[in-house]
Amino acid sequence: MRAKPILLITAHRLAILAYIAFALFPLYWLLKVAVTPNDLLYSEGIRLWPSRATLDHFDFVLRHSAFPTFFKNSLIVSGSTAVIVTLLASLSGYALSRFNFRGKYWLVALMLLTQMFPLVMLVAPIFKILSPMGLTNSLTGLVIVYTAFNVPFATFLMQSFFDGIPKDLEEAAMIDGATQFVAFRQIILPLTLPGIAATLGFVFTAAWSELLFSLMLISGNDQATFPVGLLSFVSKFSVDFGQMMAAGVLALIPACLFFLLIQRYLVQGLTAGAVKG
Amino acid sequence: MAYVARQDGLPASRTPLMKRIADGAAPYLYSAPAIILIVAVMLVPLALGVSYAFRDIQLLNPFSGAFIGLDHFRALSQDQAFYRALRNTLWWTGASVFLQFFLGLILALLLDKPFYGRGLAQALVFLPWAVPSFLAGLNWSWLFNPVVGPLPHWFYALGLMSEPSNILSDPQLAMWGPIIANVWWGIPFFAITLLAALQAIPRDLYEAASIDGAGPMQRFLSITLPFLAPTIAITILLRTVWISNFADLIIVMTNGGPADRTQIVASYIFTQAFKRLDFGYASAIALVLLALLLAYSMLIVILRQWLLSKA
Repeated sequence: MRAKPILLITAHRLAILAYIAFALFPLYWLLKVAVTPNDLLYSEGIRLWPSRATLDHFDFVLRHSAFPTFFKNSLIVSGSTAVIVTLLASLSGYALSRFNFRGKYWLVALMLLTQMFPLVMLVAPIFKILSPMGLTNSLTGLVIVYTAFNVPFATFLMQSFFDGIPKDLEEAAMIDGATQFVAFRQIILPLTLPGIAATLGFVFTAAWSELLFSLMLISGNDQATFPVGLLSFVSKFSVDFGQMMAAGVLALIPACLFFLLIQRYLVQGLTAGAVKG
Repeated sequence: MAYVARQDGLPASRTPLMKRIADGAAPYLYSAPAIILIVAVMLVPLALGVSYAFRDIQLLNPFSGAFIGLDHFRALSQDQAFYRALRNTLWWTGASVFLQFFLGLILALLLDKPFYGRGLAQALVFLPWAVPSFLAGLNWSWLFNPVVGPLPHWFYALGLMSEPSNILSDPQLAMWGPIIANVWWGIPFFAITLLAALQAIPRDLYEAASIDGAGPMQRFLSITLPFLAPTIAITILLRTVWISNFADLIIVMTNGGPADRTQIVASYIFTQAFKRLDFGYASAIALVLLALLLAYSMLIVILRQWLLSKA
């Protein structure tokens, strides 16, 4: 009778290990090629770890390529998008959480709709609209587009955090003479700080990953975000695997940091937008 | 006014008129910035895009812009590449959703019961979700590349390939590249959602069932599955729409090639707009895609009504 649970437990642990290996292997390989010296890359083939590791590729990428600029551009775009979206979404999420008003149903329907239709439809018209305003090939243009794309999802996320805070708190403050906005700003917002951090993290990650619109809207190297820069690097120098993968590792760092930050809120985040990848 | 803005219990007549107006306007003021932005950056371009479908809009041609009626749609009905993209979309979406769901469900079941190191295991297996999609695509295309990646050599050693070659350049197999990358990237989404649903199932149900002598399989089929069913249905439904629109991996890994074998409708739209700068034709395809997705959603709603009326 005792052999069976042990067998089951072993099978369970092995299955978990298999999943972990599958999840981490591509990232491991990225790191491995990034630290493999060029002369060993082809001679050692598919060894799991090179006999000699080097940071030369990182050194090159950081000092002699345009990647620091791409990195900075992406940080500016994703950071500004995250801050603006969180600001707007905390206002609209508060409205959805605390008020009953005419048109609320339509507002929710509108926001759900924006999560369903193919955003690739908007590539051409948005380019046509932004171009005469001088907002193509501009980081500001990207921030505006990303902000709009992320506001609906962030609104639902913030609403779910506000829903978790009892209404009595504002009501008490308002009986003491505060307006609702003052109560919102001074009592409710500080209580939602973890939720605000999670929203910042989700939006930052989404903006950091966005590809199609930055490809379409950005053409010059000066304004290129990380995905645009990395893809043009790949098509230009497609033999420099070590450098490409070193750049890839760099792109991974902010995403992983934010992943750690939002890990506790993954469920809430994924179900808030319901369709958000 | 029908809405109730203040909930502090003061009778409305005691509050001055100006204040009542301000209170009534409050929810609109809170949501106005978000609404304005959504309308300006999503709804206006959407309407404009619909109008492009009936116009000749080519970015580099200053004389384009004329209204041409249904010409794009006539061209589209003759476009073999479009029909291929439609079939590829079905294949891409079906295989990706099925594998993501199946592997995600198993992972959620594995993570459901507490064990030593579960927190760490969970963080590690969910990590691919945080990897930016362009990087996931590049990373997998490197793994499939025989020059730097191990996969072709492993496939060769296993006898699956006659020589270590790149499946992304093999017309018969190329679609598997983006599908595998998509599965890798999307398992966490299903696992996280299903795990949350699993943990909401009351534990005493299982205890009661095992006291009554139900085996593990019986417990899974008569407790776990019925409880998960609504989550499974909604997640698969939404995910299907999302994945059929998800072109990033394909654009990064194969750009639709070789010979359009991995082109899906969404990536075809992007290619028309981005490479050929033919905004009119791109918008016409997009309109067809939108109609198909609407039809799919309607079908689901009708199916749901039908199932509910039968139950």
